[in-house]
Amino acid sequence: MMTDGLAPETWLHRVPAGFKLAGLALFSLLLLPVDDWRILAGVLAMVLAIYAGFGRAGFARLALLRPLVPLLVIVGGVQALSGGWHAGAVISLRLLAMLLLADLVSMTTTMSALMDVLAPVFNLLRPLGVNPRKMALAVALVLRFVPVLLTRWRAREEAWKARTHRRVPVRLVAVFLADILQLADRVAESLDARGFDTAIADRRRKR
Amino acid sequence: MESRAIVRIALMAAVIGVLGMLPGVMLPIAMGVPITAQTLGVMLAGIILGPRHGALAVLLFLFVVLLGAPLLSGGRGGLGVLFGPSVGFLLGFVPAAFVAGLVMERLKKLPVFAAALVAAVAGGIAVEYACGVAGLMAMARMSLVQALLATAVFVPGDLLKALATAFVAEASYRGYPAAIASRA
Repeated sequence: MMTDGLAPETWLHRVPAGFKLAGLALFSLLLLPVDDWRILAGVLAMVLAIYAGFGRAGFARLALLRPLVPLLVIVGGVQALSGGWHAGAVISLRLLAMLLLADLVSMTTTMSALMDVLAPVFNLLRPLGVNPRKMALAVALVLRFVPVLLTRWRAREEAWKARTHRRVPVRLVAVFLADILQLADRVAESLDARGFDTAIADRRRKR
Repeated sequence: MESRAIVRIALMAAVIGVLGMLPGVMLPIAMGVPITAQTLGVMLAGIILGPRHGALAVLLFLFVVLLGAPLLSGGRGGLGVLFGPSVGFLLGFVPAAFVAGLVMERLKKLPVFAAALVAAVAGGIAVEYACGVAGLMAMARMSLVQALLATAVFVPGDLLKALATAFVAEASYRGYPAAIASRA
């Protein structure tokens, strides 16, 4: 459930993740000073054309971004009120183009490919106390915890709803939290028991 | 850092994500805008784990979101969130959790409920809104007054969330006294 990728392979999937990230950074720098709405509209049209090129999957992806429309309208509207329609159009077009570009990278790059690209960055952070091995463990744990927590929460919610029609109270969240914190402490004990030795990871860092 | 700390940090990062995925679970809807419980998770991370580990949990959550996990409220995720007008609120989660943790640590003499309430207001409202407003000014080129007006709508909801945070912190402390790091 935690994969965010586009199901059918596209040409953009085969572009190395590093290139895509660098391209995104470059575009964000290039677009920031642009104040001509025609250029921004052109860029947006280009990005939309890429989505259209992906066919139905691309359009489905665009539809996911619909909740952002009111926000963009508000932001553009506020700007248009104070600086004229031109300023409003520039702001909304630039935001939309960058959002869509970044989403292109996210949907055509797997999470593990992004982690691989970032591994050298983590290595650079070693002197600051960042341990790549622990970082990878933490990311893996988050991704595993999310479905576990959702299932556990749903079970509690169902148990509540089976007994009453009243809305789920905040109290249930508190009980849930106390419960999962104990779960976390048990997970830590089993990690230690299974030999994820944090002392070893620390020694490796110093080497 | 020992395994227990890493697992707890990962757990709270996941909690922030899960709370964002359950819109309006237990919080009322204010003026048509469903209040998500995401900031509730951010406050709890600071209060439960303390300033450093709380901020790390939020950083981990943001990192996973940027990698593409759709854990942001409304199922958003990926690098695109960095370019939205609300990016200030997002990045503000980190100092917000840190400040909440710091306040919680300093108020050891107060009962958990009162200390957590002050911590949630300081982190979740003062710090979070300062960052969010700065973000709106930079990304949407709003003036200070415009940005303040645009965000004022959400303050009542966030006050409710601060109350909910204090309640949850106190109740989970009673259920599992080792829950709150600064009081264990």
